[in-house]
Amino acid sequence: MSNEMSNNGMVITQSATPLPEGVHLPIYMDNHATTPMDPRVLEAMLPYFGAKFGNAASRNHAFGWEAEQAVETAREQIAKLIGATAKEIIFTSGATESNNLAIKGIAEMYRERGNHIITQVTEHKAVLDTCKKLEKQGYRVTYLPVKADGLIDLDELRNAMVTEGPEKTILVSIMYANNEIGVVQPVAEIGKLCHEKGVLFHTDAVQAVGKIPVNVQTDNIDVLSLSGHKVYGPKGVGALYVRRRNPRVQISEQINGGGHERGMRSGTLNVPGIVGLGAACEIARNEMDAEAKRETELRDYLKHKLESALDYVHVNGNMEHHLPGNLNMSFVYVEGESLLMGINDVAVSSGSACTSATLEPSYVLKALGLGDDVAHSSIRFGLGRFNTKAEVDYVADKIIDVVKKLRELSPLYEMVKEGIDLSTVEWAAH
Amino acid sequence: MAYSDKVVDHYNNPRNVGTLDKSSEEVGTGLVGAPECGDVMRLQIRVNPETQVIEDAKFKTFGCGSAIASSSLATEWVKGKTVSEALEIKNTDIVKELALPPVKIHCSVLAEDAIRAAIGDWKKKNGVAETATVAAAQ
Repeated sequence: MSNEMSNNGMVITQSATPLPEGVHLPIYMDNHATTPMDPRVLEAMLPYFGAKFGNAASRNHAFGWEAEQAVETAREQIAKLIGATAKEIIFTSGATESNNLAIKGIAEMYRERGNHIITQVTEHKAVLDTCKKLEKQGYRVTYLPVKADGLIDLDELRNAMVTEGPEKTILVSIMYANNEIGVVQPVAEIGKLCHEKGVLFHTDAVQAVGKIPVNVQTDNIDVLSLSGHKVYGPKGVGALYVRRRNPRVQISEQINGGGHERGMRSGTLNVPGIVGLGAACEIARNEMDAEAKRETELRDYLKHKLESALDYVHVNGNMEHHLPGNLNMSFVYVEGESLLMGINDVAVSSGSACTSATLEPSYVLKALGLGDDVAHSSIRFGLGRFNTKAEVDYVADKIIDVVKKLRELSPLYEMVKEGIDLSTVEWAAH
Repeated sequence: MAYSDKVVDHYNNPRNVGTLDKSSEEVGTGLVGAPECGDVMRLQIRVNPETQVIEDAKFKTFGCGSAIASSSLATEWVKGKTVSEALEIKNTDIVKELALPPVKIHCSVLAEDAIRAAIGDWKKKNGVAETATVAAAQ
């Protein structure tokens, strides 16, 4: 890489110094988007792409039995990770399908009981857009706001619940942990409240399962969505936990066909994917505690290093109730996409408008009440199983370097340093 | 998103970064965009009062790589031009030069606005009849 100086001394090119040990470029630090597959998971899957190709629904020969056995083992592995029983696990194509199946399936099944659903504004689009579709079909949906730290207010949830009449609340859907800001909702309390009021509780636990302890019993969860590729497993496979006792939850199927998965989700099972998801859950169950501790340390180290070196940094989301590997930070007065451009050998995400097709900044960050300018300046770091301290150092040094250089370029930073209150400036909006 | 080589070059080596004395009679300052939109450009020109030639131009930009490149390019282009020549720079010229994709056209529009705002500010200070309607920053 070149290291030349420009006419005004700015250098935003890569240095020619050799990389520290343990750093291989590009660095992947976007583990909320997807995770690399654990080699042990791949190894478990491979036979099912080859000799073990049977259809798990073939009941009358050894090929089918072999596949069925593998699927049932995976069901056990997944159930064990979340404190469920194997019969409560329904395989799907991923969490988007799981969320669709849970919300539409419950809304349809319990339509006679009521038509009200409660969710919150920082959910994934797979939940929000599903709810919007149901609104068009005559359901009423409450989108709870979140507090400035990203957590919902349990009193607001309680107040939103309708316990009588035709508009009775039938379902609450609140995510376990947020994919952008990493905050962990008070799920056990939400579930308890739902059960007191006789309302079903679904949670999109995609970011939480395998990262932090999730237990459908102690968390009072009735229906839970999870995904393979967020837990170092394969893409294209997910699961839905559907409670069978206290209460027994019924779900109206959304895909019709051969009656697979106890009629709730027809379609030939993706045996290699399911085996991979099972293996990934087993590894997570065994290693989660140590991994969470390690990632939390790395995350705090990254946060401390950035906060020590830079002024005007803002941590987004409650850090006490937080995923181990997540850090969402705004580097105020620097636009997120320009920051990403300067660290193009590091894979992270930004809540900036310029990184999205809509040119709207992250709706999750906006829901925290952050100004759009702070949202535009945000970077999401997603640390995972395979990130090293050397990588964290490399990323932190690079961010610090690029933020400083971009602030030299930033009229806002200059104005703030001169003592100008940006809120008093009359901006020529475009 | 893939950036054109020219955008990357301006991003890596931005031309004419800096600040001119905005209280000077010879300096026009254009501040356009808004923080909540994710783009703010400040473009400044120093105009020779005799010849009306833009002898120096500086910019600072808060925005994406394309916004930085558009304003960097704008400073290059206005330098050496007279005020009336500079007003002929069109955002479409910037789009073409930097090969901006459709989603980044607003960056070029903002750069054109910044040129006009800076010239407007200079004209106001020097009592030259205002032709551009773009408001100058204070």
